Formats: sequence, C-alpha cells, structure tokens
Amino acid sequence: MKQLSTKVTSNGHGQDSSYFLGWEEYEKNPYDEIKNPDGIIQMGLAENQLCFDLIETWLAKNPDAAGLKKDGQSIFKELALFQDYHGLPEFKKALAEFMEEIRGNRVTFDPSKIVLAAGSTSANETLMFCLAEPGDAFLLPTPYYPGFDRDLKWRTGAEIVPIHCTSSNGFQITESALQQAYQQAQKLDLKVKGVLVTNPSNPLGTMLTRREINLLVDFISSKNIHLISDEIYSGTVFGFEQFVSVMDVLKDKNLENSEVSKRVHVVYSLSKDLGLPGFRVGAIYSNDEMVVSAATKMSSFGLVSSQTQYLLSALLSDKKFTSKYLDENQKRLKIRQKQLVSGLEAAGVTCLKSNAGLFCWVDMRHLLDTNTFEAELELWKKIVYEVKLNISPGSSCHCTEPGWFRVCFANMSEDTLDLAMKRLKEYVESTDSRRMISKSSHERIKSLRKRTVSNWVFRVSWTDRVPDER
Amino acid sequence: MGILSKKATCNTHGQDSSYFLGWEEYEKNPYDEIKNPDGIIQMGLAENQLSFDLIESWLAKNPDAANFQREGQSIFRELALFQDYHGLPSFKNAMADFMSENRGNRVSFDPKKLVLTAGATPANETLMFCLADRGDAFLIPTPYYPGFDRDLKWRTEAEIVPIQCTSANGFRITKSALEEAYEQAQKLNLKVKGVLITNPSNPLGTTTTRTELNHLLDFISRKKIHLISDEIYSGTVFASPGFISVMEVLKDRKLENTDVFNRVHIVYSLSKDLGLPGFRVGVIYSNDDIVVSAATKMSSFGLISSQTQYLLSALLSDKNFTKNYLEENQIRLKNRHKKLVSGLEAVGIDCLKSNAGLFCWVDMRHLLKSNTFEAEIELWKKIVYEVKLNISPGSSCHCNEPGWFRVCFANMSEDTLKVALDRLKEFVDGPSSTTRSQSEHLRLKNLRKMKVSNWVFRLSFHDREPEER
Repeated sequence: MKQLSTKVTSNGHGQDSSYFLGWEEYEKNPYDEIKNPDGIIQMGLAENQLCFDLIETWLAKNPDAAGLKKDGQSIFKELALFQDYHGLPEFKKALAEFMEEIRGNRVTFDPSKIVLAAGSTSANETLMFCLAEPGDAFLLPTPYYPGFDRDLKWRTGAEIVPIHCTSSNGFQITESALQQAYQQAQKLDLKVKGVLVTNPSNPLGTMLTRREINLLVDFISSKNIHLISDEIYSGTVFGFEQFVSVMDVLKDKNLENSEVSKRVHVVYSLSKDLGLPGFRVGAIYSNDEMVVSAATKMSSFGLVSSQTQYLLSALLSDKKFTSKYLDENQKRLKIRQKQLVSGLEAAGVTCLKSNAGLFCWVDMRHLLDTNTFEAELELWKKIVYEVKLNISPGSSCHCTEPGWFRVCFANMSEDTLDLAMKRLKEYVESTDSRRMISKSSHERIKSLRKRTVSNWVFRVSWTDRVPDER
Repeated sequence: MGILSKKATCNTHGQDSSYFLGWEEYEKNPYDEIKNPDGIIQMGLAENQLSFDLIESWLAKNPDAANFQREGQSIFRELALFQDYHGLPSFKNAMADFMSENRGNRVSFDPKKLVLTAGATPANETLMFCLADRGDAFLIPTPYYPGFDRDLKWRTEAEIVPIQCTSANGFRITKSALEEAYEQAQKLNLKVKGVLITNPSNPLGTTTTRTELNHLLDFISRKKIHLISDEIYSGTVFASPGFISVMEVLKDRKLENTDVFNRVHIVYSLSKDLGLPGFRVGVIYSNDDIVVSAATKMSSFGLISSQTQYLLSALLSDKNFTKNYLEENQIRLKNRHKKLVSGLEAVGIDCLKSNAGLFCWVDMRHLLKSNTFEAEIELWKKIVYEVKLNISPGSSCHCNEPGWFRVCFANMSEDTLKVALDRLKEFVDGPSSTTRSQSEHLRLKNLRKMKVSNWVFRLSFHDREPEER
C-alpha cells in the first residue's frame, strides 16, 4: 500500500529541475562587494530592500512596539495568549487604512471584511479552498508568478488555465484571450470558477489598465465567476499614473453593492511594499460574508504571530510614518528602476515600459540563437555562469514567447546594480563582436529598441527549494 | 453551479451548535474579580497562564531578543527578509534541544528533521496532507480534542475513525479497541493510513503508558501504517509515572533503523508548555526524509514570523532559563491541579487520576438525570447558566460515555479557581452561609487590588469556534 499521499509523491508543488542551476550557482558563489566581488549577483529575488532605514528609524523612536509594551506597560501576557482568528482589531484597522492610503483614499476597506493570513501565499491558497473544488480551474494571464502553480494547485487540487498575453500589445489582457482561455478550459472539461490577476503584475511590473479591469469585471459578470486581484505590489507603483485597483473600478461603475462585487476578492501582503516577507503578513479582502467567514476559520492554519500583529499595528497606525514611507518608497523605486533601465539600454537591451514592481521585464530576444525556449535556457545559463547574474527566464513564468527575463532591481545596493549592468554590457559587446553583427541582426536590434518590453525574473529552485519569494 | 466551494459552505470545520452556548454565554458575561464577580468563569480554555512571570523577567533581562538586536547590533533587516522555509537555524537548534530536555535528554532530536509551522494546528493538517489522500482514514482514540475534526479532515478530506476507550480501564488504549477501529474503517470502506494520539492526552490529562505505546508500535508495524504522536503537552507533566515519548520506546526497542521508525512522526508546539498560543509556534518531527521535505515545502502556507523565531531562539537557547522554567512550571501545575482535584473531591466529584495537562477529566456521571448524552447536555447547560462555569462536555470530545467533562485549571488565578469551586459546592450541596460570606470576603479583598485591565479581548463569538485546545 502506498505509504505517503499522492501530493507528496507526485511533485505537484511545481518544481522544475533546470531551475536548480541559477539558485545553486548563486548559493555556491554569492556576490559580496568585499569578500567575493566576482561572485554571482542575485537578481532573481523580488525583495524591496530600499527603505529599511525608514522602518529602523521608526523602531528606534518607538521602542514599545517591539518591546511588547503599551504606554510603557508590558502587554506580553495578553499578546502571548491572543490567538483569535479574527485578528488583533487594532491591526486590522491599521491595515485597512493603509490599503486605503495606497489607493489614494479613493476607496474604503472595512476591517471586518479583512481576513489575516501568514503571508499572501497562505491567503491565495485559502481563497482557492473557498472558491474552487478539486478539479475546478482558475484562469491566469501569462506570464505569471511561478509560485502560483504551487500555491493555487498543489493541496487544493485546483487547475490553472493560462490566458495567453503577448508582446504584440505589451502583454495586456484582451477579450479574445479571455474567451480563448475559457474555451480551452471547457475543452479540457474543467469548470472555470474564476480569474486571478496580479495587479501590478509580477513579472511584468506594469499596472492593469482601467480598460483591462473593466474587461475582467464584465467577463466575470457574464460568466458568473470570481475575480481574485492579488494587489501585493500596490505600494510599489512609482510612475506618474496612479494605481487603479479593481475596487476603484467597482466603485466607479457603481457596482459596490452588486452581486458581482461579492465575487471580487483582493489579496494583499506587507512583503513587497514594506519589505517584510519574514514577518508573514497577508490578507484576504472580500465582500462575500460567507467567504470572509470560511476564510477566517481557515486562517487557523496560518495565523499571523500576535507579536508581529502588535508591532505592525503600531507602525501602520502612525499616519506620519505611512505617508512618508509610501512617498519615499516610490521615489527610491523610481530612481532604482531608472538605473536598471538605462543600464540595460547601454547594453542594447530594452525592457517592457513599466511603472511598478521590484523588477523589469527584459527583452533579450535578440540575444537568442533561435527563437526557442531551448535557446532561452541556453542564454540563461550563459548569464548565470558567465555574466554571473541570476535572473529569471520567462519560461519559468509560463511566458509564451522565448527571450524574456525578469530582472530585479530593489534587492541590492546601487553599486551592485551598477556592477551588474557593467557585466551585462561587457557580455553583450563581446557576444556582438564574436557574432560579427550581420545586417539582419543589426536591423533586429534597431527595431527592438523601438518596442517596449519588460523582463521578469524569477527564482529558481533546486533540491527541495521552491521559490517562495515572488 | 455552486459559487463557493463545498468546504466554504458546508460547515465541516466541525462546529457544534450546542457548543456555542458555553462560549456565547461566557463572552456575554465574562467573570472579572472586580468588575463582574457574578460572571461566568472560563474553564473551557486549555491555556497555561501560570508561568508568564518567568518569561517576563527573562525578557526584561534580555531586551535584545525582542528588539531585533544581537549583541547590541541591529539584525532587523536580516529578520525582515528571512522567509526561508527551512527556518531560522538557531531556532531549530534551540527547539530540538528543548524537546530533548522535555524528555529528560533520554532521546535527541535532529534539527534537520524538524519542520516549523504556525502552530500545531497547521502541523497536524500538513501531516495529513502528506500521509493521507482524500477519503483515507486515521484512527484516533476517544475522547479527543474537538479541533481535530477540523484540523485533520476539513480541507484534507481525510476521515477520522474513533478508537473507543472507556472508563472501564481509565480510558487506556487496548489492542482490541485498535483492532475494532481498524475493522470499522474497513467496513466503511476506508483505507487506514495511520493512528494519531495525543500524549499526554487532551482531554484526559494522562500520559500514555509504555504498554499502550508498545501496542501502538506493534499495531502500526503490522498494518504498515503511520503513527502521529501529538506531544504538545509534553512539558506539562507534573507527576509520576512521568512522560514517555514514542521516540523513547523506539530507542529502547532498538527500532531506530527499521521500517517503522520512518512512520512515526511527532507534533509539538509552544502553545501549552510555554503558554504562547498567540505566537504560533509548532513543529513536525519526522524520520522520513520525504515527509520532512514535503512538509517543509507545505510550511510555506504557514511559516512562523521571523520576529518570533528570533525571540524564541534566544529564549530557548538560554539553558538556565529552560531548566528553571520546566521545573517551576511543573511545580505550579502540580499545585494548581491539586487544588482543583481536592476542591472537586470536597463536593463528591471524582476526576480521572491524571499527571499532566492543563485540565482534569471530571466524572459527573452521578449528577446526570439519566445515562444519556441529552442528560449530559442538560447538566452542562445548568453548569453554564446557573453555576456560571464554562466547562467542556465529553460529548464534544467524542467520548462514548455520557457524564464526563473537561475542566481547565491553569488559565485563571488561584482565587478565581476557589470561587469556581465554591460555586460548584453550592450547586452540589445547596447554598450555605459559609460559602456566601467567603465569596463576599474575597470580592472585597480583590477590590483593594488594582489590576491593569486587559485591553486585548476577543470581539465577537458569532461564527466563533473554540480554537484553543
């Protein structure tokens, strides 16, 4: 008799063995400015390391929050005992307000509709358990975060059917792509329960346009299905345009108390905006009472530590801090992204025009030997082994076109990013001269500079590692 | 087409509506020494509130641990970014040592075989996901923790088949009960994947005997199935015969390099021993590499906050602290347990003789109108509404004999326990002038004390389920 479950033996957590290389190589030989200047630079980690100083300053001025005290009195005992799956009221209130602030206070979030979870990994899985039966499907636009294969499918038994997006229109979601995905699901005999989008997008780094969101709302309305909007990167928007949340669109379309609004659920987390992935803070927001109720009970399987809830309720309740933080964070991200984009340009590499996220979606199609995924992997290996940069190949994000890569910019110092760009430039130049650029490839490069592309980087996994960072 | 999943709509998370009463009534009318001396006393919460002072003094002496500092240097960034599902190495080392200490260092635990999870709740669920497919069954001795119905079955779609234990032999697990449960599962066409026990037991408060552990190992060996030993209460053993972990038995029987060794898994948590349920700290320990590997990946769905891992790695690495804590905790539990037992004895109520846990398994069969579960619920309602004590009826723990109740003793002050016992005495004996003046005296005494009011309180009870064990 089979001793372990099928979940364990069939490797449904989505691990890809070719992925091992990048991480393994990085860990064997990690770059360090002083100790290992020739090491591999990690550009596959979507972490936000740009604003820790702001939080550290706040912590120094507000020692009670980490010290488990309130107004100088110890509340250790109360926190130690607090395991209510409804969450610390002060924390949910502060989180709701923070989410509002990120959306320019154009929409409101009711704390009683928030369900806390130990990270958005837990939040997304829980939503799937609430909305889908084993064998049901969710439609996801490609390229998407590789972790979704594990988070949404592994233990839930649900399926993902891709909504194919292409560079022909900047990877935007079209009506025909939606319909095609739906039909594909039906061909596969899968019941579609909803659509899940990440907005701003990982790996694209772009925000969904109002038009796309309208399309999605109309689509789920006509099909009577759900829409999950994972807005984990909502606080990383640094462009001139403001972030449009699906909640904005529901409000603008006067759909706030409608039936469709009950089928729209938002996922959030503090892992990207605040750079606190270690603290495991995620949230589900839903207008459907039954979903809130069921998800709340399910959160028992991944509650946020009360010690952490308390610290962050104090931090996020400080409106001076949040206002300054969001502002400064955006500024720094913008500068850093620009540094990456111009560095790439100097190497003749373009990105998808983006205004959010912690990464760029980089177009390296012109560096491929052939327009195939094999060539993409070959190029990737070269970049890992020779250029010594760990970036994420588009195939790991289910991109349908070879040659795109996600490259992160917010998880290293300015100097390190500079060095990474120099290495890339050197590599491209040496490759060019080795190839002895022919007219056709010259034309190719020229036309590529006109297009806007972005590259998404993702973590690779090997041995028993799965990318848990996005 | 159903808009939501069956899991979301069909309430298989195990909520029992008669259970609401106790919690609901308590929340409407919670006892407070000063503000609400006639309120309901909470005796349904298996919390350990006896030794916080020990942790608080340690925190006062070691401020770095909570302040993201190590040797005076800030490690905030490192912790903020640390989300490796392999866990903080220093924390796993400290946990492995602590678990060993709890077992008198008679067995050792390899930190590499530990998987960290946000509490024992996800630890148990994760183990089920690793060991059972939908529709497979685990055998569990009754009475058992009501939360298992949710933790082990809800999202995993596994089944529980009870191993019926009775008062005839102190609710011990017998060979025949094991076999009967297995046959019952087969009758129901369920594939049995393993047995899960809680040792020490919730709700019994007893440690599993060596005989029982031997029976269990023989049984799982024969049937080629798993054994999960939830040892969450291992640090609450305060009297002989002392705690024997299944790991010890495996060692003593030299089964360490055999097949069965890989099918024994332990679950642990700091929620009971250290009284830290809010911090969400649980572990799975397994000798099976594949289980460790899969469970580690699954722990992504419920990692422990790095802030908390760091604090506790510092706390548990302090061997002076852990030694003193474990000793003192046991002494205090023992005293408190004795107070409850003698208080109950004084009114002619017996308990199952116990040596562990945060509760007693109380025999109120003689107070039942009839030997039925209806009578048990009737009695329970009286105790909640009239005696104003929230205790847990045995039926909620799937006990097959009516009349047993779990009564907690470690989640309140000594004075409050006394009030509770006085009330019970009144209920059993009838009111006396002595008890009335005693409670009045107590109330006046307490009014003279100032207490910092508890600012953290549970909000609503609506769709609430007692998630504490």
